[in-house]
Amino acid sequence: MLIKTALEALHNVMDPEIDTISIVDLGMLEHIEVEGNSVMVKLLPTFIGCPALDIIRKNVEIEIDKAGIFEKIEVRFIYHPPWTSDRVTETGRLKLKEFGIAPPPKLISETGEWHVDCPFCGSTYTTMENLFGPTACRSILYCKSCRNPFEAMKPVSTMM
Amino acid sequence: MTEPVNKMPIGAGIKPALTSLLYQLADDDFILAYRGSEWLGLAPHIEEDVAFSSISQDTMGHAAMFYQLLEDLGEGTVDSLAHARKAAERRNAVLLEAVNGPGHYLSTAQYDWAFAVARNYFYIQSKKIRLDSLKNSSYQPLAEVALKVNMELYYHLLHWKTWFIQLMKAGGEARTRMESAIGKVLADFEGVITLGPLAKDMAEHGLIEPEEVLKQRWLLIMKPVFESINLAVSEADLAMKNGNGRIGEHTADLDAALATLSEVYNINPAASW
Repeated sequence: MLIKTALEALHNVMDPEIDTISIVDLGMLEHIEVEGNSVMVKLLPTFIGCPALDIIRKNVEIEIDKAGIFEKIEVRFIYHPPWTSDRVTETGRLKLKEFGIAPPPKLISETGEWHVDCPFCGSTYTTMENLFGPTACRSILYCKSCRNPFEAMKPVSTMM
Repeated sequence: MTEPVNKMPIGAGIKPALTSLLYQLADDDFILAYRGSEWLGLAPHIEEDVAFSSISQDTMGHAAMFYQLLEDLGEGTVDSLAHARKAAERRNAVLLEAVNGPGHYLSTAQYDWAFAVARNYFYIQSKKIRLDSLKNSSYQPLAEVALKVNMELYYHLLHWKTWFIQLMKAGGEARTRMESAIGKVLADFEGVITLGPLAKDMAEHGLIEPEEVLKQRWLLIMKPVFESINLAVSEADLAMKNGNGRIGEHTADLDAALATLSEVYNINPAASW
């Protein structure tokens, strides 16, 4: 019961830079544990150098604290298993699109090449402008159909 | 901040080799990420500014993870390891501390893009080989970190390799400047490859493969790239012209960098980042 409350709270913790998607839908939640009045949350960082981690930690504490039933809230970032882009949930993929960010491609060829469709018009006629984007986890692309620039979440896999 | 990993017992005999390896990995990434950050606003075009700063941010994140492993082994806090150690205590390769070029990034920078491309490409390829080997490290926390870092390296390598090949194939001034930069990088690249005086112990304890194996792997992977751009590079070109950083030999460039990057920390070590 308590765990359900904590989990619901985590669904209210949004990515600080993409405020339509929760950290749960991003696939960052690895483990949650309740013992008495204590709760421990283990999260996987998407990219290691991500400066949003401290903000996320604070927001997790704030959201869980709102329930008013936990005396001790601990948030840990762990690196194993590593976060991979296939951890983003189906809901998460939709939420990313709503924000104007193409979800990470599911298929990556053996050569490491990948392709994404435009999140606005759905066209497959897109080009890569910059593999690196405004944050570590995003790339910048351009849609030649609707002529909009857009961002895509980079695929990240242990096969790379 | 991260999960403590010091639960794993390590034999007293392994610790010197393990910490030595971690200091090299951490210090290499730390100083190169700093040099990368100095390019911010000065890269050849705006997309490159975005890309290079993103790569440098990742690289600084990698350094932080390696420092964290050292903290877990009782070597001090991450911040003090990054900021409070003098040049002589640093174990980074000398090549990685070298300035980007003449001048200062705030006013008179005349940085050398050819040097940035050659240094980063050669280093990242060597880092990739090292981390692939570390994925099988006998020290499990390091193997786990290696798996995570490795995924981000894929993009770094792709980026620098593309620049390298394009500039080499461009001919003219680009080719001339690239060749001169490559000469400068190779003259100190042995300093990147070497794992220092405890290399043998590292291999014996299964922390990482032998230095020579990693070196041959680097040469093997680079060979077809060099051939594709008509560049003759042989093992004999790899040298350690400006000192062996793995034993604490460094240049004045490192002193200057440390003074700048640790300025805030030295004013108030408790400052929050």
